[in-house]
Amino acid sequence: MTVQAPHATAQLPQVTEASHEPRNPGMALDLDWVRSAQANTSAIERRAASLSGRRSVKKEFQAAWALRAITCIDLTTLAGDDTPGRVRRLCAKARQPVRADLLSAMGMDPITVGAVCVYHDMIAPAVEALEGSGIPVAAVSTGFPAGLSPFRLRVEEITESVAAGAAEIDIVISRRHVLTGNWQALYDEMRIFREACGPAHVKAILATGELGTLRNVAKASLVCMMAGADFIKTSTGKEGVNATLPVSLVMLRAIRAYHARTGYRVGYKPAGGISKAKDALVYQSLMKEELGDRWLRNDLFRFGASSLLGDIERQLEHHVTGAYSAGWRHALA
Amino acid sequence: MNVKDIFETMDYGPAPESAADALAWIVDQGSRFGCFIDGEFTTPGAVFETRNPATGEVLAEITQASDTDVAAAVAAARAAQPGWEGLGGPGRARVLYALARLMQKHARLFAVLETLDNGKPIRESRDIDLPLVQRHFYYHAGQAQLMGDVLPGRRALGVCGQIVPWNFPLLMLSWKVAPALAMGNTVVLKPAEWTSLTALLFADICRQAGVPKGVVNIVTGDGAVGEMIVGAEVDKIAFTGSTAVGRQIREATAGTGKALTLELGGKSPYIIFDDADIDSAIEGLVDAIWFNQGQVCCAGSRLLIQEGIAEDVLGRLKHRMGTLRIGNPLDKVIDIGAMVDPVQVGRVTEMIEGTAGEVFQGGPVPEGGCFLPPTLVTGLEPADPLMQEEIFGPVLVSTTFRTPAEAVALANNTRYGLAASVWTENVNLALDVAPKLAAGVVWVNATNLFDAAAPFGGLRESGFGREGGPEGLMAYTRPVDPAPEKAAPGLGVEPGLGAEPGDPVGPIDRTAKLYVGGKQARPDGGYSRPVHGADGGLMGHVGLANRKDLRNAVEAAQAASGWAGASAHLRAQVLYFVAENLSARAAEFAGRLDAMTGGTGGAAEVDAAVDRLFTFAAWSDKYDGAARAVPIRGTALAMRRPVGLIGALCPDEAPLLGLVSVMAPAIAMGNRVVLVASERAPLAATDFYQVLDTSDVPGGVVNILTGRHEELAPEMARHLNMDAVWSFSSAAVSGDIERLSAGNLKRTWVNHGAGRDWGLADAGTFLEAATETQTIWVPWGE
Repeated sequence: MTVQAPHATAQLPQVTEASHEPRNPGMALDLDWVRSAQANTSAIERRAASLSGRRSVKKEFQAAWALRAITCIDLTTLAGDDTPGRVRRLCAKARQPVRADLLSAMGMDPITVGAVCVYHDMIAPAVEALEGSGIPVAAVSTGFPAGLSPFRLRVEEITESVAAGAAEIDIVISRRHVLTGNWQALYDEMRIFREACGPAHVKAILATGELGTLRNVAKASLVCMMAGADFIKTSTGKEGVNATLPVSLVMLRAIRAYHARTGYRVGYKPAGGISKAKDALVYQSLMKEELGDRWLRNDLFRFGASSLLGDIERQLEHHVTGAYSAGWRHALA
Repeated sequence: MNVKDIFETMDYGPAPESAADALAWIVDQGSRFGCFIDGEFTTPGAVFETRNPATGEVLAEITQASDTDVAAAVAAARAAQPGWEGLGGPGRARVLYALARLMQKHARLFAVLETLDNGKPIRESRDIDLPLVQRHFYYHAGQAQLMGDVLPGRRALGVCGQIVPWNFPLLMLSWKVAPALAMGNTVVLKPAEWTSLTALLFADICRQAGVPKGVVNIVTGDGAVGEMIVGAEVDKIAFTGSTAVGRQIREATAGTGKALTLELGGKSPYIIFDDADIDSAIEGLVDAIWFNQGQVCCAGSRLLIQEGIAEDVLGRLKHRMGTLRIGNPLDKVIDIGAMVDPVQVGRVTEMIEGTAGEVFQGGPVPEGGCFLPPTLVTGLEPADPLMQEEIFGPVLVSTTFRTPAEAVALANNTRYGLAASVWTENVNLALDVAPKLAAGVVWVNATNLFDAAAPFGGLRESGFGREGGPEGLMAYTRPVDPAPEKAAPGLGVEPGLGAEPGDPVGPIDRTAKLYVGGKQARPDGGYSRPVHGADGGLMGHVGLANRKDLRNAVEAAQAASGWAGASAHLRAQVLYFVAENLSARAAEFAGRLDAMTGGTGGAAEVDAAVDRLFTFAAWSDKYDGAARAVPIRGTALAMRRPVGLIGALCPDEAPLLGLVSVMAPAIAMGNRVVLVASERAPLAATDFYQVLDTSDVPGGVVNILTGRHEELAPEMARHLNMDAVWSFSSAAVSGDIERLSAGNLKRTWVNHGAGRDWGLADAGTFLEAATETQTIWVPWGE
């Protein structure tokens, strides 16, 4: 087996990128800005619905975009029956997400997924399995998915996960702060989570399916960015409704507004329900249209997905061979 | 580029739609097209080339129809019409359903052909035009099926001449053909000379759908062919196109009795309030002014931004303009395709170059082909020509406002009145502003939404008539049993000073005056004429109003604009009060009528007039709008708004009842009127203003002039601050009124010398004429 050159796991994609994107330090809570945020649901839905008709990529462009999407996947397992063995298998797939012969046929160098995403107790086996790959381990935290455990424990969970080697922490916000309009409480909570993360990057999961309105999504996005979130993320994958295009449009517009005002780029992670290559392409075009090419790299864009990779692999084989593929032709995650 | 390179650049790359099938269809037709007349394509005659504006390549040769062709098409339509109408609604519904299905089955062929011929992005022809086309045929298949229920007592007009523009060739064809056919009409349609191909493919489809021969006829060619259709023996002309040509058609059809609907230009406002979802409003602008390269009659082309957010909005807008992709319209990743013809590129470029404003353009624009970048012109004031004139290209002009009232004033500061968009998250503001806008269609937090169930059409110089909904069907039907067309009676007494004097009637000289702004006014000219009774006796004198009196009456009526905002309940109360006071003086009015006419029907006429006032008082709060079932989460409100200021020449047949029958529906719906009394028996009118004076009718709502119809009618038709002219006059003024109304394209309703049975209220016709439909689209959802 060829072993890749060892990397320190602290070397996150965020800082290995040529651009060295500075981390969002956050800012003081600006309640005027939060309260003035608007989101017109019907107009947003119209834009989201027409996007796939306005933008598409074909042939080698489609293959290249799909490969880029793979590098943005947070390959995820968040199940009660996760074991070290299961996580090792996932990590092996993370290292080599696409069959070598297919990559070679497309003239591509090896690629990896963006990260592997697990619960706290699976961090250690993941870190071990990914040793030397440069792939960071992300851990869901803060009483994921509901975020209703004692606050002190939620903060400690972050600290322990970072200590265990997680380079990225996906926290869940307290939905009740959004639903009651307690933006100060949301800001304070997020600030503390961010501090607890230290050098680890923090993704703020808004659980948009539980926020009631797109206007709340817009406001919660702004507050989390003001409190220093490196990424904002739609969902835990456990809500009734997970990532959707309208929700994504609202969050991306918030990211754009934050960048326009502060100069800091915050990343975006749609999670849950994105299982087809075609869906991934639509999300990529949404990123490209709303935020620009800079946001197509994995330091600013991740897919929270478990079954997406399989569909992309089949599409890639179809691109290479011209024949429709089958799932068993590709290694299990 | 290979996969590895693209992996780095993340470009879109080309995504071309194949033109092969559409080009093959053209070749199969011999690449030379005749007209489609009586179910057959004619042998191509004199031809011209039609080109792909994106490449300049010749697509096919199209016949310039001759007058023989047009005559043959009209004759075929005439011959086919009774059979088509006789087929009955359900029979026609099946044919229209078949057309809808076939349009659906061949949707991609139509879409590609449209894009080749017109230059619009394939996304638009595929995702917008074709679905709307199908929807229009499905909807009108339903209207044919239900015609007896939806439009009782109405039947087809006959043969309809239809002229459609090049910006939405197939969609405008469907808007014209589907309702006409549904109601039992046959059609002679002319597509624009730049974009005839989809109409010819439609002709091909008609044969497959089982449309009987002669029901649909397509004649191709330039404006000369259009003129031939306008001049032909057709019963109606329906035109969509420029205001200039619409005006010519108004003049050409004047006095012919042909029904006319015009869907013309616009300079539609796009209003963004400071509490709007700005990003969504900007995305809406993309669909408003850069849809179809801005070649859209209802394009949101005048951006009005609340001052405090203007800099922010314009900054974000410029950024968005930079991400619009311009190029090959067959590419699926193109936002802006080609303008229809080099002529249009030149015209629009010239307009931009002449502006004093600051020009910002997106880009880049490909070499060759009719491409223009998305353009924003800022720093303009309302007085700038670009703020006033329709550009009909991808050019947005912008200015700011301070308050909602100023937004409305700026929005309405235009000769046009087609559409408007209002962006605000405040429902109170949106629903307050929308009905105040002088526009036939208003979109709240949206733009360019269309549906077959929602009436579309303009006010002012944007034309008249509606397409879509039951309102659109009115324009393709007429009453089954029209009022008996008796000739209007001639004048019993020659008016004027030369009339034979008789013995004065009554002890004290009666000097009737004009009634202007709620006050009696002497005629400006200082002339009067005697009014004689049937027995020749002198009953009194009435003033002879001239154009200055008309001007004064219009000014008084315009000053009474608050009447439109009065509640329907209040308007009803006023009308009931008028009836009450007229009733109290019934005997006196009856005696005067009998004396003037020499009959004995005075009492009955007064009684009928009281009843007529009751009828329209009753209607005033019941002739209201409807919420239309459009395919959005939300609704489209088809509101009835007053026409505005109506001038009416009152009939001689029933001097009092006629005047009341004209006045009552008009003011019941919130209009103000300038009534010109019966020329023969004006004293009924001058007596009547005393009744108005005692009935709480606000001054200026009703103004009454006496004088010569032949003198006043042309002045009314030409007055640019009058919104409609109705004539029930015995004088031969109908043709003049229609011709001279072309100045501001005011609505006209004239009798062409025919009389009317004033014993019938005919409320539906009067109320329809007294209102404009304004469609307000209100999407919702949080």
